[in-house]
Amino acid sequence: MTFFSNIWRNEKSREIIVQIIVLFFLGWFISWLVMNVNANFKALGKDISFEFLFIPAGYDINQYLIDYNNRDSHLRAGIVGLLNTGLVAFFGIILATVLGIALGIIRLSKNWLASKIAYWYVEFTRNVPILLHILLWHGIIINTLPHPRKAISLGEVTFLSNRGFYIPKPLTESGIELVYLFLVIAIIFSILFAKYCKRKQDLTGIQYPVFWINFSVIFFLPLIAFFLSGMPISLEIPALKGFNFRGGMHMSPELAALTFALGIYTAAFIAEIVRAGILAIDKGQREAAESIGLKPSKVMNLVILPQARRVIIPPLTSQYLNLTKNSSLAIAIGYMDLVATLGGISLNQTGREMETMLIVMLIYLSVSLSISALMNWYNSKVKLIGR
Amino acid sequence: MSEKTYKPGNYPDLPPPPGTVGVYGWIRQNLFSSISNSLLTIISVVLLYYLINGIIGWFFLDAVFDAESKIACRKINDGACWAVITRRVGQFVYGFYPEAERWRIDITFLTMFIAFAPLLYPDIPKRKWLLYFSLFYPFFAFVLIMGGYFGLQKIEYSLFGGFMLTVILGVCGIVCSLPLGILLALGRQSNLTVVRTLSVCFIEFMRGVPLITLLFVASSMLNYFLPPGTNFSILVRVIIMFTFFSAAYIAEVIRGGIQAIPKGQYEAADALGMNYWQKTRFITLPQALKISIPGIVNTFIGLYKDTTLVVVIGLLDPLGIGRAALADTKWNGLSTETYLFVALFFFVSCFAMSRYSLWLENKLNTDKK
Repeated sequence: MTFFSNIWRNEKSREIIVQIIVLFFLGWFISWLVMNVNANFKALGKDISFEFLFIPAGYDINQYLIDYNNRDSHLRAGIVGLLNTGLVAFFGIILATVLGIALGIIRLSKNWLASKIAYWYVEFTRNVPILLHILLWHGIIINTLPHPRKAISLGEVTFLSNRGFYIPKPLTESGIELVYLFLVIAIIFSILFAKYCKRKQDLTGIQYPVFWINFSVIFFLPLIAFFLSGMPISLEIPALKGFNFRGGMHMSPELAALTFALGIYTAAFIAEIVRAGILAIDKGQREAAESIGLKPSKVMNLVILPQARRVIIPPLTSQYLNLTKNSSLAIAIGYMDLVATLGGISLNQTGREMETMLIVMLIYLSVSLSISALMNWYNSKVKLIGR
Repeated sequence: MSEKTYKPGNYPDLPPPPGTVGVYGWIRQNLFSSISNSLLTIISVVLLYYLINGIIGWFFLDAVFDAESKIACRKINDGACWAVITRRVGQFVYGFYPEAERWRIDITFLTMFIAFAPLLYPDIPKRKWLLYFSLFYPFFAFVLIMGGYFGLQKIEYSLFGGFMLTVILGVCGIVCSLPLGILLALGRQSNLTVVRTLSVCFIEFMRGVPLITLLFVASSMLNYFLPPGTNFSILVRVIIMFTFFSAAYIAEVIRGGIQAIPKGQYEAADALGMNYWQKTRFITLPQALKISIPGIVNTFIGLYKDTTLVVVIGLLDPLGIGRAALADTKWNGLSTETYLFVALFFFVSCFAMSRYSLWLENKLNTDKK
């Protein structure tokens, strides 16, 4: 007995014993699951195979970024869905970032009224479930906006109706290459110029208005090329034909509702992150910057923001990730994203729950894991070297 | 500048300069301190005017509170048509729970506040006796809601719905996920490689996939993993998934708390000769949980809001009831009213939770007194 009690009292050997027991139970649990799946599948006459991915999907998707029709395979339908997820995440992230940063800064402003309005916006928005936001916006677009025939017109070029939004579509003609070329040149120039100015400032302390110079170069150089090559871009303006609009770019009510809902909801969280990030900077930093005579904009740009960025960016990315994951709720309003195509209609048509859900989960999982790996790398790069 | 000269001695305080104190001074400092600030104020006032004007008109003044159908509503007035809510308020609260038995739900939820009081407010008088009641409460609530014992009529799960379902899912998820989250957080910090790897895998998996896919798994696939012939209620399966999902997030929040504890605390505990469980019970957890309260409550609020997702797998939470009402031709198109009503319910409960967390945080904050 003393032998066994000695083993148990030794920390190292006890750790090994505990781990072996845990491993044993884990193995037992997994084999139990596998056995159950086998038994269930045998009873239902099912098997696991991914061949269904290559048979024709047979359903239509009303919005696609790559060519798709119902004779294409389930795999292609899944890719169309994945791209749609990406599309709505992209629009949502832009809206959420712009709105969120603006709100976060207003929330900190000395103006009592504006800061209170931002506060109540944040509280009202983030305390209501995202699904409710999506349904509310979808309902507003579908039920409140007028028919295409009486569509709200913004300057006779953009139309808002209950069938979606119609915006002008830029059409390129021959000669556009010159504009592209000038744009590339302008971008390369501005990167080099920014680097040059940075080095100059580090050496001599002289500051150039880098932003304005680069902005005007990027804006005006392609504009000159545009006129030189004889205006090769024309706008296709949507026009009412029969019961609906033709031409132009179409943003479906589902995409619009999802973008608004995700953007507005996530903006509330981003506003809080931005506020917390700026508040996290020690008061002494601001006071020191002010006491050496920097003007308020310089204090913000050169002292506060570079430090706040370190605090803000990691939670900001996790909000972007949340937004992308929340876009899977699109299924509630019939937007064809990854979950609605592969995990919805394909699943119902082929009856392969196991395989489709596995693929959908793996895709989301790999996206989030790679983003968090990126964040860990960023964190270790910008980490303050502590004592 | 001043011509006046003062002889040495005591003089009464001069009044503060005009425009720095009182209502006028406050307005000047907070609303009109600079040109851009004044502009912001004016924009805010205009925005607020239109918002309040529109909201009061649409919500109350032009609204119709009772009518036969949407068309009847529109005949009376052109504001909100709240009849869709008032005519179905019973469904919104209780789902399809039999009307004669609804008193059971009322009693369960009223007593829920008594059961939670000693847990939420440590200073409450007679706390010990109330705690016994809290311990006994889950059985009490289960029997009362489900029925089947003591001559109470048995109610099917499928009849549950409305706000009642939201509260059941939310409370069960919250109560079960905290202990699991603590265990996972400890597992992730453990010295045992196997335990740590398992915890990390579980947490990262749960955090990496959208909740809706987990709910699909619960509704359509979970039976494959159980012995053939097992079948248990979709409600329980959904609660299990909610628990797993939010336990993973809670684990990460608590891990942050554990890592924030200074190393000296552990060294002191080791010096006193405490074993692992003593260290966890008396040193790690009390401090880690205190730091992570805001994060934990945020996760709870998230879970409570996420209960709306069950509508996608066909349970009738308030959103499901709302959508059913909207599918009725009488109420077709009143989505804004329906969803705003549900949103108000969520806003009130979530806002209350976040206020409670602020209060608790201040109460437990022992550093700055």
